[in-house]
Amino acid sequence: MSDARFGRLGDEPASFLLAGVRIIDPNDGTDGIRDLAVMDGFIADASRVAGRVERIEADGLVAAPGLCDLHTHLREPGGEGAETIASGARAAARGGFTAVCAMPNTDPALDEPARVAWVAQRAVNAACRVRVIGAATVGRRGEALAEMGAMADAGAVAFSDDGAAIGSARMTRAAMTYLAGLGRPLIEHAEDASLSAASVMRAGPTAAHLGLAGWPTSAELTVVERDIALAAETGARLHLTHLSTAGALEAVRRARARGLPITCDVTPHHLAMTDEWVSGSRQFAWDDASPEVTLVPDRAYDANCRVSPPLPSRADALALLAAVADGTVDAIATDHAPHPPERKLVPFDEAAPGMIGLETALSLGLAAVAAGRLELATLIAALSIRPAEIIGERRSLAIGQPADLVVFDPGARWRLEASALESASANTPLLGMELSGVIRLTVADGRVTYRS
Amino acid sequence: MIADARPVAETARLRHFLDVDTLDRTELERMCDLAVEMRAARAARGYRSLLEAETIGLAFYEASTRTRVSFELAAKALGATVVDLSIASSSATKGESLVDTLRTLERTGVSTLVLRHAASGAPYLAARTTSLRVVNAGDGTHAHPTQALVDALTLREHLGTLEGRTVTIVGDVVHSRVARSNLHALVRLGARVRLGGPPAWVRGLDGWPGVEVAPTLEDALTGADAVMTLRVQLERAAIGGVPSLREYTRTWGLNEQRMRLAQPGAPILHPGPTNEGVELTSELASGPRSLIGHQVRNSVAVRMAVLALVSGAP
Repeated sequence: MSDARFGRLGDEPASFLLAGVRIIDPNDGTDGIRDLAVMDGFIADASRVAGRVERIEADGLVAAPGLCDLHTHLREPGGEGAETIASGARAAARGGFTAVCAMPNTDPALDEPARVAWVAQRAVNAACRVRVIGAATVGRRGEALAEMGAMADAGAVAFSDDGAAIGSARMTRAAMTYLAGLGRPLIEHAEDASLSAASVMRAGPTAAHLGLAGWPTSAELTVVERDIALAAETGARLHLTHLSTAGALEAVRRARARGLPITCDVTPHHLAMTDEWVSGSRQFAWDDASPEVTLVPDRAYDANCRVSPPLPSRADALALLAAVADGTVDAIATDHAPHPPERKLVPFDEAAPGMIGLETALSLGLAAVAAGRLELATLIAALSIRPAEIIGERRSLAIGQPADLVVFDPGARWRLEASALESASANTPLLGMELSGVIRLTVADGRVTYRS
Repeated sequence: MIADARPVAETARLRHFLDVDTLDRTELERMCDLAVEMRAARAARGYRSLLEAETIGLAFYEASTRTRVSFELAAKALGATVVDLSIASSSATKGESLVDTLRTLERTGVSTLVLRHAASGAPYLAARTTSLRVVNAGDGTHAHPTQALVDALTLREHLGTLEGRTVTIVGDVVHSRVARSNLHALVRLGARVRLGGPPAWVRGLDGWPGVEVAPTLEDALTGADAVMTLRVQLERAAIGGVPSLREYTRTWGLNEQRMRLAQPGAPILHPGPTNEGVELTSELASGPRSLIGHQVRNSVAVRMAVLALVSGAP
């Protein structure tokens, strides 16, 4: 790709000085306006490098540790029509991410060390670091444990059968028992498939109005409670991904209060969007809205609103936001799930679940900040240092550290058009909407990976 | 003979007819009025060339007899060219997507599409992705707006008005597209709607404006001005709605004795096809309370009115 905006991890290390940038580094609570310098790929003392490196006027811009996505579907191998490692990494860089964790539900699944190494090798010169999550069971079938130890040696940072929960309680327990020994987290997609079977959106008044089969919140909560019991018994590090219900967060709070090492993430779309989006609403969860369900014919049944788990009720979305604000939620993870048009230009209940998220995550978070629901520093921590910690990465804006950062203009508006997206797919209901928050610079491993 | 097209012109044109939820009371009343005109016109062989410039495609992705036949008769009565896509023998069965099939239809000159599909929302997708004018002939468990107009017209003719009347709907309401469109139409026309059925079949509807969920059949029927019962989808009974058809009939089946709780002479409607002996007794289905025959007779007139409004008649 010869797009001049993008760089790669193999490029020369960067040197520049951001003049008058607002630095937010949740590592030590830094939040102030000053100069930030990078010299040969490392954070440098601005007063020493001034005049020797490119000076970038950064009035009104924010610099923060590079974003880290715990939940990304890069679709390679097997789904290259929807996304590739290269296109997904560019989308990540454009969204301010310096690292993404590739989920193993590819075709074939990433369930053996050679496949983990293959993805890592394909990503060596991508526009962001690609960390691999290995499958917990062979073929994600829930029948036999995958070779997690060998995959860990090949670079896998965590394990998951994402797309579904691990097939049975017994196999989940076996995976946790084994992972407790490895010290790597199990990332669980908490969903009881027998409860959610055939459902396509959150159960509730909107589903009743639209005549779509409803997903009960018990589908998530029962697996969350079960997994917490198994984690307590096995000593495993359990990470619950894309939680979407207030009840699940309550369960996490109770488990934490018992001292269990449970972590969790939520997606930007479960924070900002509600089940009413399926009927055509485009009001964010925190906006005022009429309690009555209204079907908007031009937008109703938009298959881009079909995600798994489904978009939450308004009350649950606000509970998720509150849990990010109070720290219960460790990370905001995109669940970036690209799909080609033929999987989405179909009736709602035939559509593949998932929406893209790498290029819109920060903007949706900033919308919550603008609405007064979240502190900016909390948002940044949940998108950068806290997810990074879960996969054993560190990033900091302190002098001497490798430069791994994002610089964005929180007030700049942009319009979401399919043609403007770096992802090879455009499946998001945000198309046509205007969002705030434009990435100006992404630096990963000391290299400029994106600049606009 | 009714030759002039004034009633059509006086009723607001529709780009599509996807559900009744976008119509207000006046528009619904006018559509019923227009259906009455159409019924008379059909008897008098009027409006025979109203849609002669139109090609109407019937795409029924689910089996249907009465709805498909009534649309076909309605289109032909107004002079339209009718293309019946026999889906079973078309390329849809070769895996062609709905949107691709409809775009092909569009290119062949079909201007109005009458769509029946098993997926809720399919007509909305058709309306968004093609230039076809779309008439919803039943989508999944969502809506069946022409049937709701048939029922509204039939009830209006029998009760005089729906204002202040209590209409009870019994059965698998949540999975019934007929019931859902009826909720919209009946509430907008001023009726109070009561729902009765096993909990899984009325779930999620208790907050619907103007609608009340009755805990028992007795509560649902007491004082009702009219009662509509729905076809029990035999395959759905097994998925947890009720343990068996026998148990459904025992608790929720309509018979003459139970109907005596309603207003004297309260009529019974059923969108068909009926499972006699399950949701209602044969005696009720063919007895004096039954408006089932009226519903069928109104079905062509209502579809004539809808096609006239959607197809851009002069």
